[in-house]
Amino acid sequence: MSVPVSPPPRRNPVARTGMPALLSAQRSRATHGLTAAAAQGLFCLQVCSDCGTRQYPPREACSHCLSAKLPFRDVDRAGVVVVDTTIRIAGEIYFRERTPWRIGTVQLDCGPIVIAHLHGDVSQGSRIRMELLTDKAGAPAMFAMPAVNTPAMQDDRQYREFTCDPKFRRVLVTDGRTEIGQALVRALSDAGARKVFVGIANPWKPFAGKQSLARAENVECVQLDVTDTASVVECAAQIGARVDILVNTTEHIRLGGLMDQTGIGIAREALELRSLGLMRLAQSFGPIMRARGADGVDSACAFVNLLAAHALMNWPSYGASSAAEAAALSMSQCLRSELRHGGIRVVNMFVGPLETEWYQNAPPPKVSPATLARAVVQALCSGQEDCFVGEVARDLRARLAANPKALERELGAA
Amino acid sequence: MSFAAKASKRLAYDNVVACAPISIAYERYSIESAHWWIGRALHALITKAGLAPLDLDGLSVSSFTLGLDTAVGLTQHLGVSPRWLDHVPMGGASGIIALRRAARAVQCGDAELVACVAGDTNQVDTFRKTLQGFSRFAQDAVYPYGAGGPNASFALITQHYMDRYQATRADFGRICVAQRDNAMQFGQALLRKPLTLQAYLDARAVADPIHLFDCVMPCAGAEAFLVCREQTACALGLPSVRLLATIERHNAFADDPVQYRGGWAKDADELWAMSGVTPGDIDLLETYDDYPVISMMQFEDLGFCQKGEAPAFVRAHDLTVAGDFPHNTSGGQLSVGQAGAAGGYLGLVEAMRQLTGQAIGAQVHNAKTAVVSGFGMINYDRGLASAAAVLAAV
Ligand SMILES: [Zn+2]
Repeated sequence: MSVPVSPPPRRNPVARTGMPALLSAQRSRATHGLTAAAAQGLFCLQVCSDCGTRQYPPREACSHCLSAKLPFRDVDRAGVVVVDTTIRIAGEIYFRERTPWRIGTVQLDCGPIVIAHLHGDVSQGSRIRMELLTDKAGAPAMFAMPAVNTPAMQDDRQYREFTCDPKFRRVLVTDGRTEIGQALVRALSDAGARKVFVGIANPWKPFAGKQSLARAENVECVQLDVTDTASVVECAAQIGARVDILVNTTEHIRLGGLMDQTGIGIAREALELRSLGLMRLAQSFGPIMRARGADGVDSACAFVNLLAAHALMNWPSYGASSAAEAAALSMSQCLRSELRHGGIRVVNMFVGPLETEWYQNAPPPKVSPATLARAVVQALCSGQEDCFVGEVARDLRARLAANPKALERELGAA
Repeated sequence: MSFAAKASKRLAYDNVVACAPISIAYERYSIESAHWWIGRALHALITKAGLAPLDLDGLSVSSFTLGLDTAVGLTQHLGVSPRWLDHVPMGGASGIIALRRAARAVQCGDAELVACVAGDTNQVDTFRKTLQGFSRFAQDAVYPYGAGGPNASFALITQHYMDRYQATRADFGRICVAQRDNAMQFGQALLRKPLTLQAYLDARAVADPIHLFDCVMPCAGAEAFLVCREQTACALGLPSVRLLATIERHNAFADDPVQYRGGWAKDADELWAMSGVTPGDIDLLETYDDYPVISMMQFEDLGFCQKGEAPAFVRAHDLTVAGDFPHNTSGGQLSVGQAGAAGGYLGLVEAMRQLTGQAIGAQVHNAKTAVVSGFGMINYDRGLASAAAVLAAV
């Protein structure tokens, strides 16, 4: 049975902060088929189109019939641990600091033999459910979980290396004025966050929900305006070293394309808030988080961006906003590569229209702020880095993968 | 349809021999390059044979640490001009595979004097770097899982073998202790401190059930020998051994979930048929011993005992040089050290010395026939290459 994770001890101010030591993330291009699946929490292996053989590790030819048609497909995750070992002496600093480390040989029911990290509740002979996670360096990793849930399984020491569980961590929600921001504060508190800092721009301006935020336990409002460099710098100076998870909840969705807006004022506002705001947060909080990627139970671990799914393909009804979201997405990809050196994961939440005032004109189905907040917690707990929330976002992902040009036309006709 | 079943009887190696076994004393760490170590071995070889570098018309090279260079580059580096050149990147199977290829080249007249050499350096960070980039599957699907290297891979194989055949740690310990006993008389062994079974059992755990004395010590070193016709060896005044039979196999039994047998099990019948001798005729056995479980598999798969009976076999026999089943008579890699690809030559040059009465350490009394086997390349979860040879005193 997993030992529940303990709250971090009080920090000794003169003790050295653990330095993030990463593994090499170099992988063959074929293996990045697993990276793509892991990013979205899927479990895929190469499945031969000619003979149906499922194979692992990824290859350039089918090991049964030599076919080169080897798409990654969802396959059965079930398997059994044939044999396990506990590594007590490791060759890399990352593992030297984490030994003993358990791995095992797993026979998947669908065929392949997989060397996998083992959850503490599985051992030789255990039935398992294989998860494809990403390690701190961003590389795909096979992780064998108990086939049936066990108590406190989420707290498993090895599993926590692959997730960004909010339990006992301190979180910054960058904008607490919105319904989404407030839903996230609640969801993260419920998930066991030790502290939730809530950014409030221009605190003298009233907003709905202010009272309940002020009353909530372990919640602290901080002054933060991501459009103002000095404000972001000041906020990071105050709380940066205590932010383990940053959730950027700023929003700027406005109806309208390019020609039916007058001037560029609104679009400039959107870019200022969404992409340059992300950059300000990255510059002020990123370096501190990156240095704290291996700082114990409450190490820094995730930088979460909430993005409109139309960052992936412009929706002309919300054309200028889609462009600002696309700019934010591009920034997040850069940030992902920069934060990886510290083992910090950039989690992008792609979400379709929300049940909020700014999406009044968008047709259903829409996503409620509470659903989005739960999805963020779920993504952190399961170690995902790209998450598609709601029917519209998932539909958009599927259509984009199938035919991007068709999607462009379809969104333009709507 | 099986083409293999219809294969015709294999051609004998006629009067091809191996001679001039060379072992350059190993060092735990070396500041020299693999080129240096290979150069030392070749220099010792030509000195022993009374040859000049340009007399060598065949060359076979095995090494993991030549960096940018191939066997071709080495010819210029070392000033040789072979008309037959081979590169055998097969780890622990390199020695036997180099030998069987060179033997055919000599037999067919493609070359007269083939120098076979294996050497590797071990600089302070060499071993870790070699592991990480050992193979594509190692990079993608093994090393990132705890970075245990071969210790972790063999921990899984050993545990599985123990469960399947009720082997105990003490059974593996018998192999290690006997080899240390042999090594104490082999001056070039890096580990010559006496080892008791209790000390073996009490050693610190590395990756369960692998403990310290189950592991080889990575080091720098080189080994070499010469392949030529028997009359050439005689003319050079070199005692030699004949090649009765060889086998080689890669990626055998791919469907076994965990390795418990090697390619030898597929080819042993052919080995014995070609050699004209039986396991009972063998005076000494040199197995590839990167971990003792693999030596046990070789006892079984080569037919010295039944599958699963190696634990009982090691309890019933004395594996030292003076014993009733001399095994890894120089101490094997477990005591001498593992000098990269040279580890695949260690048993072969030792058997050549034993059969020609030139043992550096203890001499097996009246040694006439030997079996040497090789095993190599943990590509993903198991060793892929297996090879074996039956050698006889001339
Ligand atoms: Zn196929």
